[in-house]
Amino acid sequence: MNKLILTTAALALTASMGMAQTVRMGTEGAYPPYNFLNDKGEVDGFERELGDELCKRAELTCEWVTTDWDGIIPNLVSGNYDTIIAGMSITAERDEVIDFTQNYIPPASSAYVGASADIDVATAVISAQAATIQAGHVAESGATLLEFATPEETVASVRNGEADAVFADKDYLVPIVEESGGALMFVGEDVQLGGGVGMGLRESDTELRDKFDAAIQSMKDDGTLNTLITKWFGEGAATF
Amino acid sequence: MFSFCTDPDTLSDLAWMACYLTTGKHLNFYYAFGTVLVLLAITAPTALAFGFAGASAARSRVLPLSLLGKGYIAIVRGVPDIAFFLFFVIALDQGLEYLKHQWVCPDWDQPIRQGNDFLVCQAAKVPLGTSPQWVHKTYSFFVAVFTFAIVFGAFAANVLYGAMRAVPRAQLETAEAYGMTHRQTFWRITVPQMWVYALPGLSNLWMVLIKSTPLLFLLGVEDIVYWARELGGTKTPRFTDYPHGDWRMWYFLVLLVFYLAFTRVSEVVLDRVMARLTLGQATTGGDAQRKAKA
Repeated sequence: MNKLILTTAALALTASMGMAQTVRMGTEGAYPPYNFLNDKGEVDGFERELGDELCKRAELTCEWVTTDWDGIIPNLVSGNYDTIIAGMSITAERDEVIDFTQNYIPPASSAYVGASADIDVATAVISAQAATIQAGHVAESGATLLEFATPEETVASVRNGEADAVFADKDYLVPIVEESGGALMFVGEDVQLGGGVGMGLRESDTELRDKFDAAIQSMKDDGTLNTLITKWFGEGAATF
Repeated sequence: MFSFCTDPDTLSDLAWMACYLTTGKHLNFYYAFGTVLVLLAITAPTALAFGFAGASAARSRVLPLSLLGKGYIAIVRGVPDIAFFLFFVIALDQGLEYLKHQWVCPDWDQPIRQGNDFLVCQAAKVPLGTSPQWVHKTYSFFVAVFTFAIVFGAFAANVLYGAMRAVPRAQLETAEAYGMTHRQTFWRITVPQMWVYALPGLSNLWMVLIKSTPLLFLLGVEDIVYWARELGGTKTPRFTDYPHGDWRMWYFLVLLVFYLAFTRVSEVVLDRVMARLTLGQATTGGDAQRKAKA
């Protein structure tokens, strides 16, 4: 009898938790304008605003968690948070380990930024963040790859001459080049990589993925997603 | 923080600095110093306890116990710290959740491992998904303490094991001649005398422990090095009220001063402990103290 009551209680508990589920959103907090920590130390940026809106539409309670980029996928699959929303491009390799929603940023350009215009990106020393599609691209291009743990360090390595150029998402580099006062400039051609940026979820978490998928679709349909992209990435950014 | 901080662009340098250094982010940075100190304060005695247990086990005359102690020392000392920290924390977390899952969700019919995913019922999450953020932070803090204690405990065990063997054989023989049992000899003769041999090794460990706190970020605890890197990075005006260039050098300079000061204080304290432990011991140090007094 006791066991029966306990079981029922446990079931009731799980059922009620299913309804008032808290979704923990994992992000890096070091990749403006996608996600960064503002002066108050809170997660801010395009993905913060997008994520909060998606949670509102999907009627979920969301909580933000920051984590190291290197450990962002292992921590997701072991259940320390429920989604990755960290400017992560949809690629075939990642899709084998985790699931993605549809993209909320269209396939965007990656670009090289260097300190002088005469850099040959095919042979130069190029810095990129470790475990990104950009790092993979540089490794294949024949240039010398210099990997760093954070985006900030990849740009700093160009400023201090350690690398000739940095290769990263163009949206991340545009504000940096504009604010550098001519010290940094785009070099070479832009490159199209990946299938856009999407939210990462555990492969078994199809229900949650469908919820976010529907929420992203509704934001695409009523144009709010495009407004948000333009707000954070500027007029020139690719929209849907 | 201050009332005049509403529009930082208009401030003079000094006021700007005052506002800048009291942003929420900086408070997190200062708070992280406390986290590191508390972590060290809890980890050091815990690691010492692990070390003592490990060394006692390794010396045991019961074969399985001795193998367990020796195995612990050999395995943890052999595995690279970073690999251990990445693997162990996730394994510990999953182990806890697995046990709790067996207990609270006995009727669960789905497999816990589905491909790469580790799935337990919502009620078995440690901590619960619905728990506030501070519970998650506290949890990861104690996971960090436990992990540090295991790693440094293994090194401490090796030091103590050596120290126990360094206690002069004559002392133990005398104890046996007085009719003391093995247990009595261990607690009354070996343990009080071994510290003087263990202290140089233990103080080295303490110094290494102080400087290994940046590993905390691997465990999800935001430590001072993480915040120094985050705060010191170049900030463009678009994303902050306090834009600045690459200031990492200044932040790391602060950390350098902090660590050096901390090391110095530790050295002074450890020297005093050493002087106290040497008193009356049959070592060159103890002999020198005796002669100085005479």
